[in-house]
Amino acid sequence: MDLTPWEKVKLARMPIRPTGLDYIELIFRGFVELHGDRLYSEDRAIVGGIAFFDDIPVTIIAQQKGRNTKENISRNFSMPHPEGYRKALRLMKQAEKFHRPVICFIDTPGAFCGIGAEERGQGEAIATNLAEMMMLRTPIISVVISEGGSGGALALGVADKVYMLEHAIYSILSPEGFASILYKDSTKAEAAANDMKLTAQDLYRFGVIDNIIPEPVGGAHNDFEYVTGKVKEAISADLKELMSFSLDEMLERRYQKFRNI
Amino acid sequence: MSRNLFKAKQYATSKVYRSRPSELKGPEEEKPNVPQGIMTKCPDCGNIIYTKLLMKNYKMCECGYYFRVSANERLVMILDEDTFEEIDQHLTTRDPLDFPGYGDKLVKTQNMTGLVDGLVTGKGLISGTLIYIGVMDASFFMGSMGTAIGEKLARMFEKAAEELLPVIVFTASGGARMQEGIFSLMQMAKVSAAVAKHSAAGQLYITVLTDPTTGGVTASFAMLGDIILAEPGALIGFAGPRVIEQTIGQKLPEGFQRAEFLLDHGFVDKIVTRDNMKDTLAVLLRLHQT
Ligand SMILES: [Zn+2]
Repeated sequence: MDLTPWEKVKLARMPIRPTGLDYIELIFRGFVELHGDRLYSEDRAIVGGIAFFDDIPVTIIAQQKGRNTKENISRNFSMPHPEGYRKALRLMKQAEKFHRPVICFIDTPGAFCGIGAEERGQGEAIATNLAEMMMLRTPIISVVISEGGSGGALALGVADKVYMLEHAIYSILSPEGFASILYKDSTKAEAAANDMKLTAQDLYRFGVIDNIIPEPVGGAHNDFEYVTGKVKEAISADLKELMSFSLDEMLERRYQKFRNI
Repeated sequence: MSRNLFKAKQYATSKVYRSRPSELKGPEEEKPNVPQGIMTKCPDCGNIIYTKLLMKNYKMCECGYYFRVSANERLVMILDEDTFEEIDQHLTTRDPLDFPGYGDKLVKTQNMTGLVDGLVTGKGLISGTLIYIGVMDASFFMGSMGTAIGEKLARMFEKAAEELLPVIVFTASGGARMQEGIFSLMQMAKVSAAVAKHSAAGQLYITVLTDPTTGGVTASFAMLGDIILAEPGALIGFAGPRVIEQTIGQKLPEGFQRAEFLLDHGFVDKIVTRDNMKDTLAVLLRLHQT
């Protein structure tokens, strides 16, 4: 059954939908979470750490929605501050040092908009991640599991391979924000969702993403093991391919992938 | 400007005589401070100023107010006379989403502003030093970044990396070009990649943040300069002030997201007045010559 873009938006935001930590638990073994950006604080909107993927140590970075209201508040509804992006970068550089691939799970309405976020350089934090990820000398795979909102998502999305779940969305802005800017009416979000071309199918057609992870009828929560199995297969195949390239060749491909959009 | 501009597919390189600022007109709602006619009123202090005199004074009012500057005017202020060679002059967007109404609005804006998109790139001399320069123009779709701006910047940084030349970019942007959706977002990655390539070639990149620099431009190439300068009072941020007020439900403090605020928080190297900008850039360029 085909869902409309707006139905996908609503599905991607459902509280029952699996979150970053759910994926970590089912796909990897022995996850050790690592905290803090070493500069200012710990941002719980982003979870980071090391684990085994099969027998390969990998670094995992995941934007994390809460699974209930209380957790959502502590995770700031998965809207990271600059320190979240700086933690992510710290862990990516660490992965580079120890030759570990990086796996990112993207799920955010957007980077947080607030006074502290601006004071601490939200723009600078995102910009630095974009440039550094482009040059990072280790494989990067990013998976948009539910919502990929704006630069706040892209800051974990400069990767050799980018996947989206079948019903995930990835866009410049939320449909509500888009409608309020372009149609001067935030209630026209449904129309915006249609015009924005934010579905996995659109983005695959555009060549912006490399792979669509199929979901069971009704969404990922209905058979999560099936979904994580598919994610695992894709990561496994792509890591094999990426590790067959020299680092220079891999980086050149990463560069060209974004250069040609 | 003719309709042909929009249709032009060839990416020409040519020496262009810059049109005089007074010849340029833009859409009223997007260009609140552009002088029209002989006299111009300062929106801050109410002073009536001769438009010609205003240009001579770098479009600064005596009260300290900075009028917005078009890309053409900026090039006149910064480069040695008649040294500008524009690149990718006709490069325009493909309207990648086939977005309703966008194509028509583009042509209309192109005709009104005399610009093909919100960025002019090229090569020129600053006090004798050869550089690549990109100047954004906030009068074109609020200086929003779409595929045309992204492609022009990427090409410029790649050329500069090859030719081992410094790059200077003047930013002025309301953020992403909404009508180009995900393609607009991806330009952030594309341009940042080209900046990184230029940096890896050991070359200098200076950004000059002007009013306003927000959204995807701030969160990519604006903040990646080796040296980041800003004009006094310029609004610089990731989220726009109205969005932040709506999100947190409180009034923002005085001076929030102004250039001075960014300097205080460690995100700008130096605030430079408009009349000193060329000299400052010239000194910085000389300091990087080996
Ligand atoms: Zn004045």
